[in-house]
Amino acid sequence: MYIGVDLGSRTVKMAVWDGERLVEHRIEPSGFEPHRQAEKMIADYRAKVVVATGYGRHLAAEHFADAVITEIKAHARGISHEFPGCATIVDVGGQDSKVISLDAAGRVSNFQMNDKCAAGTGRFLEIMAASLAYTLEEFGRAALTADQEVQINSMCTVFAESEVISMKNRGIAREEIARAVHSSVADRLAGMLARIGHGDPVAFSGGVARNPCMVELLEKRLGARVLVPELPDITGALGAALHGTGM
Amino acid sequence: MATEFEIKPYPELWAGLDMDVPRFDKARLMLGEAYAKTYLSQKNRPVGMAYFDTMIAEIHGGRIQELLAAKAEGRPVIGTFCVYIPEEIVLAAGGICVGLCGGSQGSVPDAEKILPRNICPMVKSAFGFKAGRICPYFQAVDFVYGETTCDAKKKTWEILDTMVPTYVMEIPQLKRQRDLDLWLAEVKDFKTKVEEVAGRTITETDLAAAVKIMNNKRKALQRLNSLRHHNPTPISGKDGLLIEQIAFYDEPMRFTKKVNALCDELEERIKAGVAVPTKNAIRVMVAGTPMALPNWKIHNLVEGAGAVIVNEESCIGTRYFKDLIDESAATMDTMLAALTDRYKEIDCSCFTPNDERITQVIKEFRDSHAQGIINYSLQFCHTYNIEEIRIRQACEREKIPYLFIESDYSAEDVGQLQTRIEAFLEQIGG
Repeated sequence: MYIGVDLGSRTVKMAVWDGERLVEHRIEPSGFEPHRQAEKMIADYRAKVVVATGYGRHLAAEHFADAVITEIKAHARGISHEFPGCATIVDVGGQDSKVISLDAAGRVSNFQMNDKCAAGTGRFLEIMAASLAYTLEEFGRAALTADQEVQINSMCTVFAESEVISMKNRGIAREEIARAVHSSVADRLAGMLARIGHGDPVAFSGGVARNPCMVELLEKRLGARVLVPELPDITGALGAALHGTGM
Repeated sequence: MATEFEIKPYPELWAGLDMDVPRFDKARLMLGEAYAKTYLSQKNRPVGMAYFDTMIAEIHGGRIQELLAAKAEGRPVIGTFCVYIPEEIVLAAGGICVGLCGGSQGSVPDAEKILPRNICPMVKSAFGFKAGRICPYFQAVDFVYGETTCDAKKKTWEILDTMVPTYVMEIPQLKRQRDLDLWLAEVKDFKTKVEEVAGRTITETDLAAAVKIMNNKRKALQRLNSLRHHNPTPISGKDGLLIEQIAFYDEPMRFTKKVNALCDELEERIKAGVAVPTKNAIRVMVAGTPMALPNWKIHNLVEGAGAVIVNEESCIGTRYFKDLIDESAATMDTMLAALTDRYKEIDCSCFTPNDERITQVIKEFRDSHAQGIINYSLQFCHTYNIEEIRIRQACEREKIPYLFIESDYSAEDVGQLQTRIEAFLEQIGG
């Protein structure tokens, strides 16, 4: 068994690869000690190699992991496995968003990552959803139903939240505000894609790829279909497990 | 070893300089700890680094005593913030030129009580050192000679002038003949000001001697840089950067001697096949804005990830020492012309166009046998931030792995930078 663990800012993801296929995956909250959470998750498996990725990768290596790779390399590996020939990855995680260019062999040739603030990340969406009293699942679906679109100007989470509150108090429909929040993230991602000069096809990974409105808006901006893996959250963990097979 | 290191305290000396002694003493302990952790934990350091460790241990005392002794003899001590201010002229008048402090997050809150928050961290840090009275160099100088290389500095001088006499040299932003004429006139004004404070006229002999001293210092730094270019490199990038930083406050002749002694040792190391950190370490070159002491952020992250930095294309780096002054001139006018000829070769991003710098970055990449370039820009440094586009395009054209980092002195983005730097090294390593 080859195990990949992705110790992210919000959740810990695990993927178990038996050499031919994904046999198990799990997602748990990161908690205060993500490496202990990860250790618990892998305890039931007899692993040949454990590869860690994500923010807690070095901590995991201190405690149990055999090797570490960055989430950028892990997503490249995971997506290239799911979609061979994929040229660009958009990964939106809890704490950051990334755009990764791949060469013909699926290796990272360039990447962009958001700056130090929460703008354009899963955390941004989470805070805005809470401000509009939606669960995350409802948030994306509700945004899809809006028939008009308003504009959110601020990308800063703190200021954008103020903007959302003032919209609520002007009587703007909840769905429209939800749509505006999604649009602002999509614009940010489209900007990163333009900056890197992306190639096609584009795949979307990370937990935010499960949000149907984000996928639709991204496709609209790119004017093309976006590939979404069946389990977008575990792309990094899967990539880490696959990296272990070559060790 | 790491626990024994201490930046030596000089509370009486500091009190005499009207410093905030209790606060500065805390800063001293923090810097000492950071230095021990960043520097003394390195394995396989050259023996010759001991001198530079001492220069750090004595940064707030021994060197300050030397400055005060010079002042007592009536020699001018001048603080600067830019490699455009001709040190040769200060030396020729028997004076001392020091690059002032500006590389620490610690003094930024002092500056933000007065200055806008959204300006360059180096300007804020420097200003904060004076505002908080927490830099002995700032307290010791006769005056500050600023310049007009960026808007943040240019306007900050007006405010700084209320705390310490601050003069401003106009640096042209183009390099046409009429701009160079202006620049020469500015250098002459600088000479007059220095002569006034020194109470003596600079002779041709004085200037010739000073030019020689500075050329020798620059040659020593060039020599060190070319030894770092050897593959495998015999010295860490952190140590290389440290020496480039110390170049701005050490006594030039002593410094030159110590750098050359270190270079002799590095030559022996190369012969013996010593590699720092290991033979296969990925070689990275850094280009961009200056990294003022104690800004070791990028070097720490890159070398912490097992790679090695082999070149700094920066003001605290090659931009400071890549060019020499022609020593053949004999009259004051021709000597000053030769001096400005050398200084106009500095390819700061405040110039437009600045094609020379793009060429220089690629040249240094080739010379240093680096495998990738990290372009580093301080936050809100508009000219380097925008010039980034042209550096990036040049790297794309030349197929050079390239990473751009915009950052300040705070620790809040270290996690993200670590991921980006490690991913960049993975990209290079395949």
